[in-house]
Amino acid sequence: MKKFISSLLSLILALASLSAYAQTGATDVPMADGLRAEGKIYVVVAIILIVLAGLITYLFTMDRKVKKLKNLLADKNHRTK
Amino acid sequence: MKNWLKIIAVFLLFYVHTAGLLFDVPRLNILNETIRALYFHVPMWFGMVTLFSISVYYSIVYLRNPTAENDRKAVENANVGLVFGILGMLTGMLWANYAWGSFWHGDPKQNGAAIALLVYLAYFILRGSVENEEQKARLSAVYNIFAFAAMIPLIFIIPRLTSSLHPGSGGNPGFNMYDLDNRMRMVFYPAVIGWILIGIWIVSLRVKMRTLEDKIHDIEDEKIH
Repeated sequence: MKKFISSLLSLILALASLSAYAQTGATDVPMADGLRAEGKIYVVVAIILIVLAGLITYLFTMDRKVKKLKNLLADKNHRTK
Repeated sequence: MKNWLKIIAVFLLFYVHTAGLLFDVPRLNILNETIRALYFHVPMWFGMVTLFSISVYYSIVYLRNPTAENDRKAVENANVGLVFGILGMLTGMLWANYAWGSFWHGDPKQNGAAIALLVYLAYFILRGSVENEEQKARLSAVYNIFAFAAMIPLIFIIPRLTSSLHPGSGGNPGFNMYDLDNRMRMVFYPAVIGWILIGIWIVSLRVKMRTLEDKIHDIEDEKIH
């Protein structure tokens, strides 16, 4: 799992550097450049990822629970017959 | 649903939520940073249309081969599809408030999407109002085909025929003109695939839960008789 996460992170960073390399465009259009320069955008990203991770984990546990219930019911049904 | 598909979906969403905020986007007036909403708002609609398509497929299959399993699949795809549609509507309204000036702009795309959602809400009202299980399944399968046939023109055709502010409608091209350099596509397509997979995953869970519910009802019925 650790290896998976580190390879995932390195891929994202590689793609990010690729996109930074391709930076173009007019600078007169106001964008959140300050937020990026300060690095505080990473706080926002981290928070969103925590929420996402939490919800996905919840989905996985629900998945397990439904599977368990299915086995339980099949088991009970089998015994009563 | 296969476990590796779930892993892919999770991987894609983690990538999208990181890249969607960090990667470069075209600098455009009025839209500014809100252009990033594309990565999160549009995949909801892609998810909805995909799930509704799967739903209508199982409705047709049900009419040819009326099994409880086909009915369950049709209902749950429509159910999760509707959730995606409501999320798409809410995110679109918030975005419209900043890009167009008001939450409800009365734009043909907004109105069409709202009517389409109401048509699908009526599907569940129809299901709720019929007692007999087989009648319920058959009636709702027929209605589902009509609902799908109404949703496609309401969302994809009518907004293109009139003037609309929404990209991809009323002579407006989609976001194609903005992302000529493919920067946005690298995040947008993974977002679409990721959310569709998550939708299918939730559907599979709900189908399993409904199957269990039906089995418990069957056991109870057997006890009574």
